[in-house]
Amino acid sequence: MTAVTKKPVNPIAHLSPEDIEEIGTRLDAIRQEVLDSRGERDAAYIRRVIKTQRYLELGSRAVLLGSIFPPAFIAGTVGLSAAKILDNMEVGHNILHGQWDWMRDPKIHSSTWEWDNVTPSDQWKHSHNELHHTYTNVIGKDNDLGYGIMRVDEDQPWHPFFMFQPVWNFINACFFEYGIAAYDLELGKNLKTPKEKRSEEFKANSKAVLAKIRKQATKDYVVHPLLSLPTGSFLPTLAANFTANIVRNLWTHSVIMCGHFPEGVETFEKKSIEGETRGEWYLRQMLGSANISGSKALHIMSGNLSHQIEHHLFPDLPSNRYAEVAPKVRAIFDEYGLNYHTAPMPKQVASAWHRFVRLSFPNGWLATTNTKNLPQQLVALYKISTADKRSRRVMLKLLERKAKQEYVPAA
Amino acid sequence: MLARSAQRGTLSRRLRALADAALTPLSVDEVLDGFHPLRSGTDLKGKIVAVEAETADAATIVIKPGRDWTGHAPGQYLQVGIDIDGVRLWRCYSLTHGPRRDGHISITVKAIPDGIVSQHLVHKARAGQLVHLQQAAGDFTLPLPLPEKILMVTAGSGITPVIGMLRNLFSKAVAPTTAITLLHVNQTEPDSIFKDELRALAAAGHITLVEHFDDRDGLLDLARLESLVPDIGTRAAFACGPSGLLDALEQWYDERGLSLDTERFRTALVADAGVGGTVAFANGTVIDADGATPILDAAEAAGVLMPSGCRMGICMGCVLPMKEGAVRDLRNGEITVVVPGEAPGGVKIQTCISAAAGDCHLDH
Ligand SMILES: Cc1cc2nc3c(=O)[nH]c(=O)nc-3n(C[C@H](O)[C@H](O)[C@H](O)COP(=O)(O)OP(=O)(O)OC[C@H]3O[C@@H](n4cnc5c(N)ncnc54)[C@H](O)[C@@H]3O)c2cc1C
Ligand code: FES
Repeated sequence: MTAVTKKPVNPIAHLSPEDIEEIGTRLDAIRQEVLDSRGERDAAYIRRVIKTQRYLELGSRAVLLGSIFPPAFIAGTVGLSAAKILDNMEVGHNILHGQWDWMRDPKIHSSTWEWDNVTPSDQWKHSHNELHHTYTNVIGKDNDLGYGIMRVDEDQPWHPFFMFQPVWNFINACFFEYGIAAYDLELGKNLKTPKEKRSEEFKANSKAVLAKIRKQATKDYVVHPLLSLPTGSFLPTLAANFTANIVRNLWTHSVIMCGHFPEGVETFEKKSIEGETRGEWYLRQMLGSANISGSKALHIMSGNLSHQIEHHLFPDLPSNRYAEVAPKVRAIFDEYGLNYHTAPMPKQVASAWHRFVRLSFPNGWLATTNTKNLPQQLVALYKISTADKRSRRVMLKLLERKAKQEYVPAA
Repeated sequence: MLARSAQRGTLSRRLRALADAALTPLSVDEVLDGFHPLRSGTDLKGKIVAVEAETADAATIVIKPGRDWTGHAPGQYLQVGIDIDGVRLWRCYSLTHGPRRDGHISITVKAIPDGIVSQHLVHKARAGQLVHLQQAAGDFTLPLPLPEKILMVTAGSGITPVIGMLRNLFSKAVAPTTAITLLHVNQTEPDSIFKDELRALAAAGHITLVEHFDDRDGLLDLARLESLVPDIGTRAAFACGPSGLLDALEQWYDERGLSLDTERFRTALVADAGVGGTVAFANGTVIDADGATPILDAAEAAGVLMPSGCRMGICMGCVLPMKEGAVRDLRNGEITVVVPGEAPGGVKIQTCISAAAGDCHLDH
């Protein structure tokens, strides 16, 4: 995939500026409808979800006190994983977006909420709400695109070290909460800066992250295992908590991958967003996100990020309303001939992984490779990897051109 | 003995620390709140135990306050927070009883047309519901020792703080000897809240009750005050009612060099609307605020959590430092300007009566 404006068939070329503004007006109207009817029912919804999450977590942790018994271990681990997922997704992510600020309940407010995750909510709000949601899928601006360590777009130059990115991506998925913390801290950039030149802000933020990590780890890996000691369940509880954290990390990572990385989701050039109108901003969100289709349970467990398109259009509307506005949003896509990108979860996850694997190789390499020519292709790959910078650039160009002639991409 | 209780203190602190560590990022308090909202050590709440109709559009709400309620002096008010259409709204209500033996507190609310909270409390509130509370506040209370002679002037729902004082005085074993005259003004007789109770107090010889009904007696003419209450100049005076009446009374007392204690339920906003502006908060939120809306209302409507109290410029519960910008006092049009750097820490403004008069920066 390539930035929209550089594509051979630009998916928005058929829209006039008036069309785009009309789309904006209609989306604003959908948003207003929800604002006007927001009330008691919605407030009851979020309180119910929070309560369910609390009971599920307390109940699961209580069961794990006897986790030496296999049924207790299994039930407790499943329950705790689900509780952690609810806490991070439908509850935490959405409250921190300010979706429930309108209730003016200081206990359920973006400025006071803290979640079961190693990133302190303040830091996450900055990098997620301000940067990612403003610069969605703009190459070089939206660090969520590859989190700065991955190649997720053809326009990013290839380097041999990207060949390992499927491996990192998996490791990142397992320890996703730490990945997010590092990313919110801009750890990579800051570690490159000499120690004495790092900003006060970075120092304070790292301190906060470390404090949060300590608290979270003490809870999951010290306090609860110790509490389980009387039944001889120290190790099983430790294992259960570790498993629940990994399950939660894998799940949230998958959901988030589905939101922006399946094949066919568009990216944008920096210069294309200069002086962007509200309609154009909406259009970027429409094309830069993908939905997951599925059951109500899936929507709740994904924090309604299964309605990623609706979420990106209206990040501050209560999440329980996304399902309701989805058909209206989709009607606008259809009417204006835009691709409403939605598919079941396994398909979206596979598609996102396919993209990571494909882009870990030079542009066009995977597409031109088959079982017969594999040996030659590997030799070519080796040559490209070991070549000096200039010849590599030439070889990459050649490969890309060859791929374009031989192979007409489906998407 | 001392050592043991100190030990117990440390033990319970340690247990609490352990429980907090097991529940982080939650705390024990947040978990317990779900089970026992009225316990001590948490945000003050109350449970409605009864809603009693007083007139067609007024009702008394009896509330069992949380353990941490520290009590009140009759005449004081408290802030009540209630979720209406999912939104938490706070309003002030005078306490209409002295301290009660059952530990409950009561407020009496008059539903004003289109009033969001008052309509809800009078017509929709039910026993069993939880409300949020703040501790009692206000200095509209009787001085001690009691003056020999007192005049109270109330109109409409303005009777509420006064009935609290009277109930308290006359529920005591020994009734005070103070001579109290109450001039109670209402539009019509059926509108008069507590009229039976007031008449009973008068019949028992505790107070002298002068009832004034606009439909029967015409609008109250202050020129007649001295004939209604001949020794008015010698009485300590307390008044509560609509702004118009209170303004006129204050002028009347001023002209005679006498002093008057008043309680206002709302303030008259007179300033012409200015241009407005934006208000930026410390966390980066920026909202639009027009020149006629208090910053408090505009910020709350945009979802910002704001400190508040009386919402009419008397309690200072809403004060925030302004680092930069200009605001207009909606009561008199006065402009306050803060030039950055000239006021370290900012200038404190009352957001409930200040509208933006340019782009402002609040440290909140
Ligand atoms: C110290 C203090 C003590 C109070 N004690 C009592 C009490 O004991 N009993 C009681 O019923 N109220 C009392 N009030 C008034 C109360 O706090 C609310 O202002 C009142 O109930 C209206 O709220 P609302 O949400 O229903 O109206 P809103 O929805 O806020 O207002 C609706 C409309 O009514 C107007 N309005 C607001 N307040 C009044 C008012 N008081 N009179 C006429 N019009 C108004 C508004 O300008 C608006 O146009 C007290 C206020 C203060 C500051
Ligand atoms: S809220 Fe009481 S002075 Fe503003």
